Amino acid sequence: MTELLEVSAATRAFYGVEVLRGVDLAVRKGSLTGLIGPNGAGKSTLFNVVSGLYPADGGAIRFKGADVTRAAPDELVRAGLVRSFQLARGFPKLSVFQHLVLHGRDQPGEGLAAALFGSAAARRREQALGEKALAVARRLKLESVLDNLAAALSGGQKKLLEIGRALMAEPEMILLDEPMAGVNPALAREIAAHLRALNAEGVTILLIEHDMGVIRELCDPVIVMAEGRVLTEGGFAAVAADPRVQEAYLGRRR
Amino acid sequence: MLAYLIFTLTIGGIYALLALALNLVWGGAGLVNLGLAGFFAVGAYASALATGAGAPILIGWGAAILAGLLAGFLVTFATLRLRDDYLAIVTLGFAEIVRLVALNERWLTKGADGVSGVRAPFKAELGVAGFNFFYLTLVAAIACLVWLALRRLDLSPWGRAAKAVREDQELARFAGKRVLRIKFEAFAVSAAIAALAGALYAHFTSYVSPDHFQPLITIYVFLAVTAGGVGRPLGALVGGYGVVLFLEATRFLAGMTPGLAPVQVAALREIVIGASLLAVLHLRPQGVFAERPPKAPRLP
Repeated sequence: MTELLEVSAATRAFYGVEVLRGVDLAVRKGSLTGLIGPNGAGKSTLFNVVSGLYPADGGAIRFKGADVTRAAPDELVRAGLVRSFQLARGFPKLSVFQHLVLHGRDQPGEGLAAALFGSAAARRREQALGEKALAVARRLKLESVLDNLAAALSGGQKKLLEIGRALMAEPEMILLDEPMAGVNPALAREIAAHLRALNAEGVTILLIEHDMGVIRELCDPVIVMAEGRVLTEGGFAAVAADPRVQEAYLGRRR
Repeated sequence: MLAYLIFTLTIGGIYALLALALNLVWGGAGLVNLGLAGFFAVGAYASALATGAGAPILIGWGAAILAGLLAGFLVTFATLRLRDDYLAIVTLGFAEIVRLVALNERWLTKGADGVSGVRAPFKAELGVAGFNFFYLTLVAAIACLVWLALRRLDLSPWGRAAKAVREDQELARFAGKRVLRIKFEAFAVSAAIAALAGALYAHFTSYVSPDHFQPLITIYVFLAVTAGGVGRPLGALVGGYGVVLFLEATRFLAGMTPGLAPVQVAALREIVIGASLLAVLHLRPQGVFAERPPKAPRLP
Protein backbone atom coordinates (compact mmCIF):
# COMPACT_ATOMS: atom_id res chain seq x y z
CA MET A 1 0.00 0.00 0.00
CA THR A 2 1.84 3.04 -1.28
CA GLU A 3 0.70 6.63 -1.36
CA LEU A 4 0.85 8.24 -4.80
CA LEU A 5 -0.32 11.68 -3.71
CA GLU A 6 0.22 13.09 -0.23
CA VAL A 7 -1.06 16.45 0.90
CA SER A 8 -0.05 17.64 4.35
CA ALA A 9 -1.24 20.74 6.19
CA ALA A 10 -2.06 22.55 2.93
CA THR A 11 -3.45 26.03 3.45
CA ARG A 12 -4.70 28.62 1.01
CA ALA A 13 -6.55 31.87 1.60
CA PHE A 14 -8.09 34.37 -0.80
CA TYR A 15 -8.07 37.96 0.43
CA GLY A 16 -8.10 36.82 4.02
CA VAL A 17 -10.75 34.15 3.57
CA GLU A 18 -9.24 30.82 4.50
CA VAL A 19 -10.49 28.27 2.01
CA LEU A 20 -8.05 25.51 2.85
CA ARG A 21 -7.30 25.34 6.57
CA GLY A 22 -4.74 22.58 6.81
CA VAL A 23 -5.73 19.74 4.51
CA ASP A 24 -4.13 16.36 5.17
CA LEU A 25 -4.90 13.53 2.83
CA ALA A 26 -3.26 10.70 0.95
CA VAL A 27 -4.37 8.88 -2.17
CA ARG A 28 -3.33 5.28 -2.50
CA LYS A 29 -1.74 4.18 -5.76
CA GLY A 30 -4.26 2.36 -7.94
CA SER A 31 -7.28 3.52 -5.96
CA LEU A 32 -10.40 5.28 -7.17
CA THR A 33 -10.79 7.72 -4.33
CA GLY A 34 -13.86 9.88 -3.93
CA LEU A 35 -13.70 13.43 -2.60
CA ILE A 36 -17.00 14.74 -1.30
CA GLY A 37 -18.18 17.55 0.87
CA PRO A 38 -20.74 20.34 0.86
CA ASN A 39 -20.36 23.30 -1.47
CA GLY A 40 -17.60 25.60 -0.27
CA ALA A 41 -15.73 22.83 1.50
CA GLY A 42 -12.62 23.61 -0.57
CA LYS A 43 -12.59 20.59 -2.88
CA SER A 44 -12.02 22.49 -6.11
CA THR A 45 -9.52 24.81 -4.42
CA LEU A 46 -7.62 21.75 -3.24
CA PHE A 47 -7.53 20.51 -6.87
CA ASN A 48 -6.31 23.91 -8.02
CA VAL A 49 -3.55 23.95 -5.42
CA VAL A 50 -2.48 20.35 -6.07
CA SER A 51 -2.49 20.79 -9.87
CA GLY A 52 -0.34 23.92 -9.66
CA LEU A 53 -2.93 26.48 -10.79
CA TYR A 54 -2.12 28.52 -7.72
CA PRO A 55 0.44 27.86 -5.03
CA ALA A 56 -0.40 26.75 -1.53
CA ASP A 57 0.21 29.33 1.18
CA GLY A 58 1.62 26.63 3.42
CA GLY A 59 1.96 22.88 3.73
CA ALA A 60 3.46 20.35 1.37
CA ILE A 61 2.34 18.25 -1.57
CA ARG A 62 4.17 15.12 -2.64
CA PHE A 63 3.56 13.17 -5.83
CA LYS A 64 5.31 9.82 -6.30
CA GLY A 65 7.31 10.68 -3.22
CA ALA A 66 8.77 13.86 -4.73
CA ASP A 67 7.96 17.31 -3.40
CA VAL A 68 5.78 19.15 -5.94
CA THR A 69 4.45 21.94 -3.72
CA ARG A 70 5.76 24.64 -6.05
CA ALA A 71 5.60 22.69 -9.31
CA ALA A 72 4.03 24.35 -12.38
CA PRO A 73 1.02 22.72 -14.05
CA ASP A 74 2.99 21.62 -17.11
CA GLU A 75 5.69 20.02 -14.95
CA LEU A 76 3.03 18.06 -13.07
CA VAL A 77 1.43 16.93 -16.31
CA ARG A 78 4.78 15.70 -17.58
CA ALA A 79 5.28 13.92 -14.25
CA GLY A 80 1.98 12.09 -14.80
CA LEU A 81 -0.55 14.13 -12.80
CA VAL A 82 -3.40 15.33 -15.00
CA ARG A 83 -6.63 17.11 -14.15
CA SER A 84 -9.99 17.97 -15.66
CA PHE A 85 -12.07 21.06 -15.01
CA GLN A 86 -15.51 21.34 -13.47
CA LEU A 87 -16.72 23.46 -16.38
CA ALA A 88 -15.40 21.62 -19.43
CA ARG A 89 -12.80 23.82 -21.07
CA GLY A 90 -11.27 23.57 -24.48
CA PHE A 91 -9.43 25.44 -27.19
CA PRO A 92 -12.40 26.81 -29.18
CA LYS A 93 -10.73 26.89 -32.59
CA LEU A 94 -8.98 23.53 -32.38
CA SER A 95 -10.69 20.40 -33.66
CA VAL A 96 -11.45 17.42 -31.46
CA PHE A 97 -8.68 15.46 -33.15
CA GLN A 98 -6.20 18.29 -32.58
CA HIS A 99 -7.22 18.42 -28.92
CA LEU A 100 -6.50 14.75 -28.49
CA VAL A 101 -3.16 14.76 -30.29
CA LEU A 102 -2.15 17.96 -28.51
CA HIS A 103 -2.47 16.22 -25.16
CA GLY A 104 -0.13 13.41 -26.17
CA ARG A 105 3.11 13.55 -24.27
CA ASP A 106 6.74 13.57 -25.40
CA GLN A 107 6.26 14.99 -28.90
CA PRO A 108 9.74 16.09 -30.04
CA GLY A 109 8.09 18.02 -32.88
CA GLU A 110 7.08 20.66 -30.36
CA GLY A 111 10.64 21.95 -30.48
CA LEU A 112 11.00 24.85 -32.90
CA ALA A 113 13.98 23.40 -34.78
CA ALA A 114 12.43 19.96 -35.16
CA ALA A 115 9.19 21.55 -36.38
CA LEU A 116 10.97 23.73 -38.93
CA PHE A 117 13.53 21.32 -40.30
CA GLY A 118 11.55 18.13 -39.85
CA SER A 119 12.62 15.21 -37.71
CA ALA A 120 12.01 11.52 -38.18
CA ALA A 121 11.36 11.11 -34.46
CA ALA A 122 8.67 13.82 -34.54
CA ARG A 123 7.01 12.20 -37.57
CA ARG A 124 6.97 8.77 -35.94
CA ARG A 125 5.58 10.22 -32.71
CA GLU A 126 2.91 12.15 -34.63
CA GLN A 127 1.87 8.93 -36.36
CA ALA A 128 1.68 7.07 -33.06
CA LEU A 129 -0.22 9.89 -31.34
CA GLY A 130 -2.63 10.10 -34.27
CA GLU A 131 -3.42 6.41 -34.02
CA LYS A 132 -3.83 6.66 -30.26
CA ALA A 133 -6.14 9.66 -30.69
CA LEU A 134 -8.31 7.69 -33.10
CA ALA A 135 -8.46 4.81 -30.64
CA VAL A 136 -9.40 7.15 -27.77
CA ALA A 137 -12.05 8.80 -29.95
CA ARG A 138 -13.49 5.40 -30.79
CA ARG A 139 -13.53 4.41 -27.14
CA LEU A 140 -15.36 7.61 -26.18
CA LYS A 141 -17.66 7.55 -29.24
CA LEU A 142 -16.27 10.87 -30.45
CA GLU A 143 -15.37 9.50 -33.89
CA SER A 144 -18.17 11.29 -35.70
CA VAL A 145 -17.08 14.72 -34.42
CA LEU A 146 -13.30 14.34 -34.87
CA ASP A 147 -13.04 17.27 -37.27
CA ASN A 148 -15.50 19.52 -35.41
CA LEU A 149 -14.18 22.53 -33.53
CA ALA A 150 -14.36 22.21 -29.76
CA ALA A 151 -16.61 25.27 -29.63
CA ALA A 152 -19.24 23.36 -31.65
CA LEU A 153 -19.50 20.37 -29.29
CA SER A 154 -22.48 19.60 -27.10
CA GLY A 155 -22.11 19.73 -23.33
CA GLY A 156 -21.88 15.96 -23.04
CA GLN A 157 -19.29 15.72 -25.81
CA LYS A 158 -17.20 18.35 -24.06
CA LYS A 159 -17.28 16.23 -20.91
CA LEU A 160 -16.19 13.19 -22.91
CA LEU A 161 -13.42 15.23 -24.52
CA GLU A 162 -12.17 16.16 -21.02
CA ILE A 163 -11.78 12.45 -20.36
CA GLY A 164 -10.19 11.90 -23.76
CA ARG A 165 -7.61 14.57 -23.06
CA ALA A 166 -6.75 12.94 -19.76
CA LEU A 167 -6.44 9.58 -21.53
CA MET A 168 -4.07 10.94 -24.17
CA ALA A 169 -1.67 12.24 -21.53
CA GLU A 170 -1.03 8.67 -20.30
CA PRO A 171 -1.25 9.81 -16.69
CA GLU A 172 -0.51 7.91 -13.53
CA MET A 173 -3.12 9.91 -11.72
CA ILE A 174 -6.13 11.96 -12.77
CA LEU A 175 -7.90 14.61 -10.72
CA LEU A 176 -11.48 14.72 -12.00
CA ASP A 177 -13.64 17.66 -10.98
CA GLU A 178 -17.30 16.64 -11.37
CA PRO A 179 -16.96 14.81 -14.70
CA MET A 180 -20.67 13.94 -14.67
CA ALA A 181 -22.15 17.27 -13.64
CA GLY A 182 -24.87 18.41 -16.01
CA VAL A 183 -24.97 15.35 -18.27
CA ASN A 184 -27.92 13.03 -18.79
CA PRO A 185 -28.10 9.84 -16.69
CA ALA A 186 -27.25 7.55 -19.61
CA LEU A 187 -24.08 9.50 -20.39
CA ALA A 188 -23.23 9.68 -16.69
CA ARG A 189 -23.35 5.87 -16.55
CA GLU A 190 -21.13 5.74 -19.64
CA ILE A 191 -18.62 8.10 -18.05
CA ALA A 192 -18.69 6.03 -14.85
CA ALA A 193 -17.88 2.93 -16.92
CA HIS A 194 -14.96 4.78 -18.55
CA LEU A 195 -13.61 5.75 -15.15
CA ARG A 196 -13.87 2.21 -13.85
CA ALA A 197 -12.09 0.86 -16.93
CA LEU A 198 -9.36 3.47 -16.61
CA ASN A 199 -8.86 2.61 -12.98
CA ALA A 200 -8.71 -1.10 -13.85
CA GLU A 201 -5.86 -0.23 -16.25
CA GLY A 202 -3.91 1.08 -13.29
CA VAL A 203 -4.64 4.81 -13.36
CA THR A 204 -5.19 6.30 -9.93
CA ILE A 205 -8.24 8.56 -9.82
CA LEU A 206 -9.31 11.23 -7.35
CA LEU A 207 -12.91 12.12 -8.10
CA ILE A 208 -14.98 15.07 -6.92
CA GLU A 209 -18.65 14.26 -7.39
CA HIS A 210 -21.91 15.32 -5.82
CA ASP A 211 -23.95 12.34 -7.01
CA MET A 212 -23.76 10.00 -4.02
CA GLY A 213 -24.98 7.07 -6.12
CA VAL A 214 -21.91 7.42 -8.30
CA ILE A 215 -19.61 7.79 -5.32
CA ARG A 216 -21.07 4.73 -3.63
CA GLU A 217 -20.78 2.68 -6.78
CA LEU A 218 -17.27 3.72 -7.84
CA CYS A 219 -15.20 4.98 -4.97
CA ASP A 220 -13.26 3.37 -2.21
CA PRO A 221 -12.16 5.02 -0.04
CA VAL A 222 -14.18 8.22 0.21
CA ILE A 223 -12.65 11.37 1.69
CA VAL A 224 -15.01 13.95 3.18
CA MET A 225 -14.05 17.61 3.33
CA ALA A 226 -15.82 20.38 5.17
CA GLU A 227 -14.85 23.96 5.90
CA GLY A 228 -11.37 23.64 4.48
CA ARG A 229 -10.36 20.48 6.30
CA VAL A 230 -10.61 16.74 5.87
CA LEU A 231 -13.42 15.54 8.11
CA THR A 232 -13.08 11.81 7.76
CA GLU A 233 -12.10 9.04 5.38
CA GLY A 234 -13.30 5.50 4.85
CA GLY A 235 -15.65 3.23 2.98
CA PHE A 236 -18.83 4.85 1.64
CA ALA A 237 -21.16 3.15 4.13
CA ALA A 238 -19.03 4.09 7.12
CA VAL A 239 -18.62 7.68 5.94
CA ALA A 240 -22.33 8.08 5.19
CA ALA A 241 -23.22 6.81 8.64
CA ASP A 242 -20.82 9.21 10.35
CA PRO A 243 -22.88 11.82 12.25
CA ARG A 244 -20.20 14.48 11.61
CA VAL A 245 -20.64 14.03 7.86
CA GLN A 246 -24.40 14.30 8.14
CA GLU A 247 -23.93 17.44 10.17
CA ALA A 248 -21.63 18.96 7.59
CA TYR A 249 -24.16 18.34 4.83
CA LEU A 250 -27.40 19.00 6.68
CA GLY A 251 -26.43 21.38 9.44
CA ARG A 252 -26.12 20.91 13.19
CA ARG A 253 -28.97 19.49 15.19
CA ARG A 254 -30.00 21.88 17.90
CA MET B 1 4.29 53.16 -65.16
CA LEU B 2 6.15 49.85 -65.22
CA ALA B 3 8.68 51.20 -62.75
CA TYR B 4 5.82 52.28 -60.49
CA LEU B 5 4.24 48.85 -60.67
CA ILE B 6 7.54 47.14 -59.89
CA PHE B 7 8.10 49.50 -56.97
CA THR B 8 4.61 48.78 -55.63
CA LEU B 9 5.05 45.02 -55.89
CA THR B 10 8.44 45.15 -54.16
CA ILE B 11 6.93 47.09 -51.27
CA GLY B 12 4.10 44.54 -51.39
CA GLY B 13 6.63 41.76 -50.82
CA ILE B 14 8.06 43.61 -47.83
CA TYR B 15 4.56 44.03 -46.38
CA ALA B 16 3.93 40.35 -47.05
CA LEU B 17 6.99 39.54 -44.93
CA LEU B 18 5.72 41.84 -42.17
CA ALA B 19 2.29 40.23 -42.38
CA LEU B 20 3.84 36.76 -42.16
CA ALA B 21 5.77 37.90 -39.08
CA LEU B 22 2.62 39.25 -37.46
CA ASN B 23 0.62 36.17 -38.34
CA LEU B 24 3.20 33.96 -36.63
CA VAL B 25 3.03 35.82 -33.34
CA TRP B 26 -0.61 36.96 -33.39
CA GLY B 27 -2.38 34.32 -35.46
CA GLY B 28 -0.06 31.59 -34.20
CA ALA B 29 0.50 32.31 -30.52
CA GLY B 30 -2.15 34.95 -29.84
CA LEU B 31 0.28 37.71 -28.87
CA VAL B 32 -0.92 41.11 -30.05
CA ASN B 33 2.30 42.72 -31.22
CA LEU B 34 1.71 46.36 -32.09
CA GLY B 35 5.47 46.89 -32.15
CA LEU B 36 5.99 45.53 -35.61
CA ALA B 37 7.17 48.88 -37.00
CA GLY B 38 9.81 48.90 -34.23
CA PHE B 39 11.28 45.55 -35.25
CA PHE B 40 11.07 46.66 -38.88
CA ALA B 41 13.12 49.75 -37.93
CA VAL B 42 15.63 47.74 -35.89
CA GLY B 43 16.33 45.56 -38.93
CA ALA B 44 16.54 48.48 -41.34
CA TYR B 45 18.99 50.41 -39.16
CA ALA B 46 21.02 47.33 -38.23
CA SER B 47 21.67 46.48 -41.85
CA ALA B 48 22.11 50.09 -42.98
CA LEU B 49 24.69 50.76 -40.26
CA ALA B 50 26.49 47.43 -40.64
CA THR B 51 26.88 47.78 -44.41
CA GLY B 52 27.67 51.48 -43.94
CA ALA B 53 30.59 50.39 -41.77
CA GLY B 54 31.85 48.24 -44.62
CA ALA B 55 30.21 44.87 -44.04
CA PRO B 56 28.98 42.92 -47.10
CA ILE B 57 25.23 43.15 -47.68
CA LEU B 58 24.52 39.55 -46.72
CA ILE B 59 26.32 40.11 -43.41
CA GLY B 60 24.17 43.23 -42.98
CA TRP B 61 21.02 41.19 -43.46
CA GLY B 62 22.34 38.59 -41.03
CA ALA B 63 22.96 41.39 -38.53
CA ALA B 64 19.39 42.61 -39.05
CA ILE B 65 18.01 39.13 -38.30
CA LEU B 66 20.17 38.84 -35.19
CA ALA B 67 19.19 42.31 -34.00
CA GLY B 68 15.53 41.39 -34.54
CA LEU B 69 15.91 38.15 -32.59
CA LEU B 70 17.61 40.02 -29.77
CA ALA B 71 14.98 42.77 -29.70
CA GLY B 72 12.27 40.11 -29.77
CA PHE B 73 13.80 38.34 -26.77
CA LEU B 74 14.11 41.61 -24.88
CA VAL B 75 10.52 42.65 -25.52
CA THR B 76 9.19 39.20 -24.61
CA PHE B 77 11.24 39.28 -21.44
CA ALA B 78 9.86 42.69 -20.52
CA THR B 79 6.27 41.62 -21.17
CA LEU B 80 6.23 38.12 -19.66
CA ARG B 81 3.18 38.84 -17.51
CA LEU B 82 1.24 40.83 -20.09
CA ARG B 83 -1.28 39.72 -22.64
CA ASP B 84 -4.02 41.07 -24.87
CA ASP B 85 -4.53 44.85 -24.58
CA TYR B 86 -1.68 45.35 -22.13
CA LEU B 87 0.81 43.59 -24.37
CA ALA B 88 -0.47 45.64 -27.30
CA ILE B 89 0.12 48.90 -25.40
CA VAL B 90 3.66 47.99 -24.34
CA THR B 91 4.69 46.77 -27.79
CA LEU B 92 3.27 49.93 -29.34
CA GLY B 93 5.42 51.82 -26.86
CA PHE B 94 8.44 49.79 -27.88
CA ALA B 95 7.99 50.77 -31.52
CA GLU B 96 7.74 54.43 -30.59
CA ILE B 97 10.85 54.15 -28.39
CA VAL B 98 12.81 52.69 -31.30
CA ARG B 99 11.65 55.53 -33.53
CA LEU B 100 12.48 58.19 -30.95
CA VAL B 101 15.89 56.71 -30.23
CA ALA B 102 16.60 56.73 -33.95
CA LEU B 103 15.46 60.36 -34.06
CA ASN B 104 17.59 61.53 -31.15
CA GLU B 105 20.76 59.41 -31.06
CA ARG B 106 22.37 61.39 -33.85
CA TRP B 107 25.84 59.89 -33.36
CA LEU B 108 24.46 56.50 -34.40
CA THR B 109 21.54 57.13 -36.72
CA LYS B 110 22.09 60.70 -37.95
CA GLY B 111 18.72 61.63 -36.41
CA ALA B 112 16.05 63.05 -38.66
CA ASP B 113 18.52 63.30 -41.56
CA GLY B 114 18.46 59.52 -41.75
CA VAL B 115 21.06 57.15 -43.12
CA SER B 116 21.42 57.69 -46.83
CA GLY B 117 23.41 55.89 -49.47
CA VAL B 118 22.55 52.43 -48.15
CA ARG B 119 24.15 50.12 -50.69
CA ALA B 120 21.77 48.47 -53.13
CA PRO B 121 23.01 45.04 -54.21
CA PHE B 122 24.13 44.79 -57.88
CA LYS B 123 22.66 48.18 -58.72
CA ALA B 124 25.85 49.26 -60.55
CA GLU B 125 25.99 46.03 -62.56
CA LEU B 126 22.28 45.82 -63.42
CA GLY B 127 21.34 49.45 -63.98
CA VAL B 128 18.34 51.04 -62.37
CA ALA B 129 15.63 49.15 -64.28
CA GLY B 130 17.46 45.84 -64.05
CA PHE B 131 18.04 46.32 -60.33
CA ASN B 132 14.40 47.10 -59.66
CA PHE B 133 13.31 43.95 -61.43
CA PHE B 134 16.00 41.87 -59.72
CA TYR B 135 15.02 43.19 -56.31
CA LEU B 136 11.32 42.57 -56.92
CA THR B 137 12.11 38.94 -57.70
CA LEU B 138 14.46 38.63 -54.73
CA VAL B 139 11.91 40.02 -52.26
CA ALA B 140 9.15 37.82 -53.69
CA ALA B 141 11.40 34.75 -53.45
CA ILE B 142 12.30 35.51 -49.83
CA ALA B 143 8.63 36.11 -48.99
CA CYS B 144 7.70 32.77 -50.56
CA LEU B 145 10.50 30.97 -48.72
CA VAL B 146 9.40 32.48 -45.40
CA TRP B 147 5.79 31.58 -46.24
CA LEU B 148 6.75 27.94 -46.88
CA ALA B 149 8.73 27.76 -43.64
CA LEU B 150 5.92 29.30 -41.61
CA ARG B 151 3.35 27.07 -43.26
CA ARG B 152 5.45 24.13 -42.19
CA LEU B 153 5.58 25.50 -38.65
CA ASP B 154 1.84 26.15 -38.69
CA LEU B 155 1.08 22.52 -39.51
CA SER B 156 3.67 21.08 -37.13
CA PRO B 157 3.17 19.97 -33.51
CA TRP B 158 4.85 23.26 -32.53
CA GLY B 159 2.20 25.21 -34.43
CA ARG B 160 -0.54 23.19 -32.77
CA ALA B 161 0.89 23.86 -29.32
CA ALA B 162 1.24 27.57 -30.18
CA LYS B 163 -2.40 27.74 -31.22
CA ALA B 164 -3.36 26.09 -27.95
CA VAL B 165 -1.46 28.90 -26.20
CA ARG B 166 -3.37 31.40 -28.33
CA GLU B 167 -6.73 29.93 -27.40
CA ASP B 168 -6.14 29.49 -23.65
CA GLN B 169 -2.65 29.71 -22.24
CA GLU B 170 -3.65 28.43 -18.82
CA LEU B 171 -5.26 25.34 -20.29
CA ALA B 172 -2.21 24.86 -22.53
CA ARG B 173 -0.12 24.48 -19.40
CA PHE B 174 -2.51 21.77 -18.21
CA ALA B 175 -1.89 20.08 -21.54
CA GLY B 176 1.77 19.89 -20.52
CA LYS B 177 2.97 22.61 -22.92
CA ARG B 178 5.90 24.87 -22.09
CA VAL B 179 3.92 28.04 -22.66
CA LEU B 180 6.70 30.50 -21.93
CA ARG B 181 9.15 28.85 -24.30
CA ILE B 182 6.59 28.82 -27.10
CA LYS B 183 5.88 32.53 -26.55
CA PHE B 184 9.58 33.38 -26.61
CA GLU B 185 10.13 31.40 -29.79
CA ALA B 186 7.13 32.83 -31.60
CA PHE B 187 7.96 36.40 -30.63
CA ALA B 188 11.66 36.18 -31.43
CA VAL B 189 11.22 34.49 -34.80
CA SER B 190 8.48 36.96 -35.70
CA ALA B 191 10.71 39.88 -34.74
CA ALA B 192 13.56 38.44 -36.81
CA ILE B 193 11.32 38.20 -39.90
CA ALA B 194 10.13 41.78 -39.40
CA ALA B 195 13.76 42.89 -39.06
CA LEU B 196 14.69 41.08 -42.27
CA ALA B 197 11.84 42.92 -43.98
CA GLY B 198 13.35 46.14 -42.63
CA ALA B 199 16.78 45.28 -44.03
CA LEU B 200 15.31 44.47 -47.45
CA TYR B 201 13.48 47.79 -47.35
CA ALA B 202 16.59 49.77 -46.41
CA HIS B 203 18.64 48.31 -49.27
CA PHE B 204 15.81 48.89 -51.74
CA THR B 205 15.19 52.58 -51.02
CA SER B 206 18.85 53.22 -50.06
CA TYR B 207 17.63 55.55 -47.34
CA VAL B 208 16.23 55.05 -43.85
CA SER B 209 14.95 57.71 -41.51
CA PRO B 210 12.72 57.64 -38.44
CA ASP B 211 9.83 58.89 -40.60
CA HIS B 212 9.68 55.53 -42.35
CA PHE B 213 8.64 53.72 -39.22
CA GLN B 214 5.41 55.36 -38.15
CA PRO B 215 2.91 53.20 -36.20
CA LEU B 216 0.63 53.41 -39.24
CA ILE B 217 2.73 50.67 -40.87
CA THR B 218 1.75 48.30 -38.08
CA ILE B 219 -1.90 49.15 -38.61
CA TYR B 220 -1.63 48.41 -42.34
CA VAL B 221 -0.01 45.08 -41.55
CA PHE B 222 -2.82 44.24 -39.14
CA LEU B 223 -5.20 45.09 -41.98
CA ALA B 224 -3.26 42.73 -44.25
CA VAL B 225 -3.37 39.83 -41.79
CA THR B 226 -7.03 40.41 -40.91
CA ALA B 227 -8.11 40.60 -44.53
CA GLY B 228 -5.94 37.64 -45.54
CA GLY B 229 -7.01 35.42 -42.67
CA VAL B 230 -5.62 35.30 -39.14
CA GLY B 231 -3.89 32.03 -38.36
CA ARG B 232 -3.13 31.02 -41.94
CA PRO B 233 0.28 31.93 -43.46
CA LEU B 234 -1.14 31.97 -47.00
CA GLY B 235 -3.57 34.66 -45.90
CA ALA B 236 -0.71 36.82 -44.62
CA LEU B 237 1.29 36.41 -47.85
CA VAL B 238 -1.65 37.34 -50.06
CA GLY B 239 -2.88 39.96 -47.61
CA GLY B 240 0.50 41.75 -47.58
CA TYR B 241 0.59 42.10 -51.36
CA GLY B 242 -3.13 42.82 -51.46
CA VAL B 243 -3.03 45.66 -48.96
CA VAL B 244 -0.18 47.48 -50.72
CA LEU B 245 -1.90 47.14 -54.11
CA PHE B 246 -5.11 48.36 -52.52
CA LEU B 247 -3.41 51.31 -50.80
CA GLU B 248 -1.88 52.37 -54.12
CA ALA B 249 -5.16 51.83 -55.98
CA THR B 250 -6.96 54.20 -53.61
CA ARG B 251 -4.71 56.99 -54.93
CA PHE B 252 -6.27 56.64 -58.37
CA LEU B 253 -9.74 55.97 -57.05
CA ALA B 254 -9.75 59.12 -54.90
CA GLY B 255 -8.08 61.08 -57.71
CA MET B 256 -10.86 60.19 -60.12
CA THR B 257 -13.52 61.74 -57.92
CA PRO B 258 -14.40 65.05 -59.59
CA GLY B 259 -14.56 68.44 -57.89
CA LEU B 260 -12.16 67.79 -55.01
CA ALA B 261 -9.13 69.77 -53.92
CA PRO B 262 -5.90 67.74 -53.53
CA VAL B 263 -6.17 67.93 -49.73
CA GLN B 264 -9.67 66.52 -49.92
CA VAL B 265 -8.48 63.74 -52.22
CA ALA B 266 -5.90 62.70 -49.62
CA ALA B 267 -8.55 62.72 -46.91
CA LEU B 268 -10.95 60.74 -49.09
CA ARG B 269 -8.23 58.15 -49.57
CA GLU B 270 -7.92 57.69 -45.81
CA ILE B 271 -11.71 57.37 -45.56
CA VAL B 272 -11.77 54.68 -48.24
CA ILE B 273 -9.03 52.73 -46.44
CA GLY B 274 -10.83 52.92 -43.11
CA ALA B 275 -14.17 52.00 -44.63
CA SER B 276 -12.72 48.99 -46.39
CA LEU B 277 -11.20 47.71 -43.15
CA LEU B 278 -14.65 47.95 -41.59
CA ALA B 279 -16.14 46.20 -44.60
CA VAL B 280 -13.65 43.32 -44.32
CA LEU B 281 -14.31 42.91 -40.61
CA HIS B 282 -18.05 42.99 -41.20
CA LEU B 283 -18.36 40.83 -44.31
CA ARG B 284 -15.61 38.31 -43.81
CA PRO B 285 -14.25 38.49 -40.26
CA GLN B 286 -12.32 35.25 -40.74
CA GLY B 287 -10.43 36.71 -43.72
CA VAL B 288 -10.18 35.60 -47.35
CA PHE B 289 -8.21 32.49 -46.44
CA ALA B 290 -9.84 31.42 -43.21
CA GLU B 291 -7.97 29.27 -40.72
CA ARG B 292 -8.58 25.59 -41.38
CA PRO B 293 -7.79 23.00 -38.76
CA PRO B 294 -6.14 19.98 -40.39
CA LYS B 295 -8.43 16.98 -40.87
CA ALA B 296 -7.95 13.85 -38.83
CA PRO B 297 -6.35 11.00 -40.74
CA ARG B 298 -8.74 8.19 -41.63
CA LEU B 299 -7.73 4.65 -40.95
CA PRO B 300 -9.05 2.00 -43.34
